[in-house]
Amino acid sequence: MTTVTDTSATTEDPYALSHLDALESEAVHIFREVAGEFERPVILFSGGKDSIVMLHLALKAFAPASVPFGLLHVDTGHNFPEVLEYRDRTVATHGLRLHVAHVQDYIDDGRLRERPDGTRNPLQTVPLLDAITTGRYDAVFGGGRRDEEKARAKERVFSLRDEFGAWNPRRQRPELWQLYNGRHAPGEHVRVFPLSNWTELDVWQYIEREGIELPGIYYAHERDVFARDGMWLTAGQWGGPRRAEPVERRLVRYRTVGDMSCTGAVDSDAVTIAQVITEIAASRLTERGATRADDKMSEAAMEDRKREGYF
Amino acid sequence: MTPTGQTLAATSLLRFATAGSVDDGKSTLVGRLLHDSKSVLTDQLEAVEAASLRRGQQTPDLALLTDGLRAEREQGITIDVAYRYFATPARRFILADTPGHVQYTRNMVTGASTAQLAVVLVDARNGVVEQTRRHAAVAALLRVPHVVLAVNKMDLVDYAEPAFAAIAEEFTAYAASLGVPDITAIPISALAGDNVVTPSAHMDWYGGPTVLEHLETVPVGEDPSAQPARFPVQYVIRPQTSDHPDYRGYAGRIAAGVLRVGDEVTVLPSGGRSVITGIDALGEPVKAAWAPQSVTVLLADDLDISRGDLIAPAAEPPSITQDVEGTVCHLHERPLKVGDRVLLKHATRTVKAIVKALPYRIDLTAGLAHVADPGQLDVNDIGGITVRTAEPLPLDAYQDSRLTGSFLLIDPADGSTLTAGMAGEAFAGPAAAAGADQEGWDF
Repeated sequence: MTTVTDTSATTEDPYALSHLDALESEAVHIFREVAGEFERPVILFSGGKDSIVMLHLALKAFAPASVPFGLLHVDTGHNFPEVLEYRDRTVATHGLRLHVAHVQDYIDDGRLRERPDGTRNPLQTVPLLDAITTGRYDAVFGGGRRDEEKARAKERVFSLRDEFGAWNPRRQRPELWQLYNGRHAPGEHVRVFPLSNWTELDVWQYIEREGIELPGIYYAHERDVFARDGMWLTAGQWGGPRRAEPVERRLVRYRTVGDMSCTGAVDSDAVTIAQVITEIAASRLTERGATRADDKMSEAAMEDRKREGYF
Repeated sequence: MTPTGQTLAATSLLRFATAGSVDDGKSTLVGRLLHDSKSVLTDQLEAVEAASLRRGQQTPDLALLTDGLRAEREQGITIDVAYRYFATPARRFILADTPGHVQYTRNMVTGASTAQLAVVLVDARNGVVEQTRRHAAVAALLRVPHVVLAVNKMDLVDYAEPAFAAIAEEFTAYAASLGVPDITAIPISALAGDNVVTPSAHMDWYGGPTVLEHLETVPVGEDPSAQPARFPVQYVIRPQTSDHPDYRGYAGRIAAGVLRVGDEVTVLPSGGRSVITGIDALGEPVKAAWAPQSVTVLLADDLDISRGDLIAPAAEPPSITQDVEGTVCHLHERPLKVGDRVLLKHATRTVKAIVKALPYRIDLTAGLAHVADPGQLDVNDIGGITVRTAEPLPLDAYQDSRLTGSFLLIDPADGSTLTAGMAGEAFAGPAAAAGADQEGWDF
């Protein structure tokens, strides 16, 4: 490679990195920082696309060695069967350790109560914090992205949580250059968000570039659904459909994967990654606006849940 | 139709920061950039419209797009750095949106630390004010390569060229004296949309780019081959499996320069020498890699290398020192004092350190006057420092390498980030700026 004399056109710059290369490099750097500075990290793995991309990045960051962390999944009991199957197959393929915390256990023994609306997403917080405590995890990787929501836009890459798992926006540490400060007291832990700077479109373009397999529900398929709050919800035992909510069979796909009771599908005929990317780029709704009933509850719904220790 | 195919073709990524005083219309500018580049989606706009109505406002307040936290909405202010993402057919953007109050200098320092460009807003009616000088100084101090002066509210000065020209001239002269290498002034009205995304119909006398056009065309990075390589080791990869019984790779993100197979390198601070025999670019063996790639480096010799070491060209190593001199921005409510025992984090190494001297505080508004022996630095203060470290550090001047010339001071008791530091001279000065231009990597 010769010295660059004329770089007036950025496309001819021999040292140019694509935006995906830049984001990948940043995320790998974050994984390696945590491996270097923490005792017991764990990756939150739901089988959703963001956690799948996280795991893919972790595998690349430490190859040819194995990933030096285990996985943790908070199972609401309302998970899509396709996603659980994907999760278990992935764990087996890569020889990973997986710990599953079950919301159902908490409901069965009375530590948590089912909500009237049947939504279990907010119920994940207590089992999550318990699992972090009993696992003595000091760093917990989450797939949260700053483009998802306004409160998340102010989240740090390294986000300190107190012994109650709480997020205090005023106690956040300034984060400069690539100098992440992961110091914490016993009982505290740090949530780490390697995909902070990724957008939904970046995630999908990376999935396409890397040829990453996803659970089938991310692609268009026929499903029995009913309309509620402007979304298509899957018919099931979790509070739906009610009497005035007729069930119909539609061609849909999911943009996010969460608790089935509050994760909506969107009308779609996108059956390939390329078609999904085209569809997202043309969409006039955000991923959460289109598919998450729990974020519509109040103007500060996400901020409130984050303060309580949610993902 | 949305710019689907074109947006997908975008490849390069520009990180930039915005700064302005409370009433300069920064949130409106950011809102308009997001809105007019079609990055605000229907449900976000509906939420803003509904919130605006609840507050008794008739038109959607685009500033609400960027006020994320409950306290911010209740108080009508921005507390924290917020990161925004948008894309145009030409480029992807990460925007660090920083509040402009005096007490939030630390937020602008934070946003500017990773920015390749800073947008400083002024109100055309008020011109260059104290806050403007502060913002220019922070951009210069953090060595942000490109600065844009957005002279806002041109509609309120009848779109008059002399008003703009006077402000542009005063600001450019000031920023250049601080060593900012590239300054572009643009007359705009964020509220009316003049020269933000589309060219203004009211300012024929202005022939330059709109804000967005400039963001789309400004060079993203510096030429890495112009700098010596710096590779802080993050982690040692040793699989110890039957497939890879002897693999020993040094994982890290290249902080500056280019690494090539065959390069003779030195490992600091120990000073051991070896030759690069392989570079693994996340699964793909390559002959060369450059900043800011994350790679794994293989060496010919079995040296004792661990996290915190720095690999650099044997011919161009950084200096090794236990006495760090530089400039700091104090970030924490608890003041920094001479004699404080702290932790210093530099690249991937954290060492014990003592604050030996705080020789002066810099007044960012009064011509950067040095206030001698301030005794302590309070939150948002910028000043000179001397720190003695328990172990030697391979330290560059910040002006030569932002990632290996910067450091944090951390409270060993509660882990708080106290101070952001930059080694070497605070400001480049006009002579150095002219030199940088002539070298020609301001492509």
